[in-house]
Amino acid sequence: MSNIFILNLARFAILILIQVFLLQNVGYYNLSTPFLYILIILLLPIKIPHWLLFVSSFASGLIIDIFYDTLGLHATACTVMALARIVFISVTLQQEKYENNQTPSLGAMGFRWFFFYTATLTFFHHTVLFLFETFRFSDLLYTLLRTVSSSIFTIVLIFIYEYIFFHKKVR
Amino acid sequence: MRNLWLFISKYNAFFLFCLFFITSLTLLLNNNSYQRAWTSGVSGQFIGEVYERATFFKNYLHLEEVNTSLAQENARLKNELKSSFLIDSAEKHIVRDSIRKQQYIYIVARVVNNSIHQQNNYLIINRGSKHGIRKGMGVTGPDGIVGIVRDVTENFARVQSVLHSESRFSASVDGGIGSLVWDEGSLNSKIAILKDIPSHVKVKPNDPVTTSGYSLFPIGIQIGHVKRVGLKGGNSFLDIEVVLSTDFSSLQYVYVINNVLAREQQAIESQTQTP
Repeated sequence: MSNIFILNLARFAILILIQVFLLQNVGYYNLSTPFLYILIILLLPIKIPHWLLFVSSFASGLIIDIFYDTLGLHATACTVMALARIVFISVTLQQEKYENNQTPSLGAMGFRWFFFYTATLTFFHHTVLFLFETFRFSDLLYTLLRTVSSSIFTIVLIFIYEYIFFHKKVR
Repeated sequence: MRNLWLFISKYNAFFLFCLFFITSLTLLLNNNSYQRAWTSGVSGQFIGEVYERATFFKNYLHLEEVNTSLAQENARLKNELKSSFLIDSAEKHIVRDSIRKQQYIYIVARVVNNSIHQQNNYLIINRGSKHGIRKGMGVTGPDGIVGIVRDVTENFARVQSVLHSESRFSASVDGGIGSLVWDEGSLNSKIAILKDIPSHVKVKPNDPVTTSGYSLFPIGIQIGHVKRVGLKGGNSFLDIEVVLSTDFSSLQYVYVINNVLAREQQAIESQTQTP
């Protein structure tokens, strides 16, 4: 239990550092910007209590907000994403089958499930994020374009990350 | 209470979501200038519209009070108007008729009520016994005679206008003297009939008709002019239609003529009549 806690905390720290110091400067103009840090929320254990899930989502969003100087924006997106995660997991998985500290990682869940899981949640997160960032519906098409292209970027990065650590873990 | 707690714990994800979502949204809207500006702009406009509508309906509910207060304010303002003050110093100017040694006193009065469309028309003027007006005095306007004072109260007087079925005025035209009556059948406020002019008097249209000086009025006050001269069949008197010079419909100021010698004149007239 403490093991999985430390593991998640370490992932939390690493991903936020990557997001803030590396990915903040990466992007295809304003059109496509990656948000790898949502992997923190994606890789939390399946059986995590709801309150802890919301608190950690909110906290990670808030920390990113502090660095991005958009207080509340990422927190909102992460909260929505946490709800989407709860709904997605309850719809697609039978939670009783899994161990207490089971992580929904690529290696454990298989490519297909993990891809849909990542794609759905990333899309939710990015939609909320960009909608609340522009905060109007007049540029809806541009916002949608940003959402889709950024989602693709994020998902690619998530898979790269997963492949790197997936092999490591198996070993 | 237990059921409520069960309900909340069953859907805890949703309630937690609401809690965190509202928190983060509050943070977002309070700390980012663009979103805050948008929110305050939109909500300000929305709230403004809501309040405008609410006020619109609220105004209906308060309409009676508003009306009352407006009426009170109107009354107050009208009280301050110059015209609502009673001008107590009745203006009099005295005309001395040096030939006949007769004295006429003119009192200016304002018409406060007027009728022209009845069979018997009256005017109310804002001068009464307080200002020296008595029953039976003659009244003229700026353009000619108006009528006779019939009733007098302290501050007001009722004037029987020329346009009255019982009004009779002594009038002269081209030297002939007759009596002027109103053709009450026509109900025309412009036309009167001059009767009892002998048929030997040559009367032409547009000849001026004036007071004869026999009655309440001084001699020579304008009445009107001849419009048409007719001869009644088998009668030795002319029947003359007279256009009155006074426009009764727009009468505003009149002069009450106080004939100082009227009483003496009436006294001797009544002596003659009684055998």
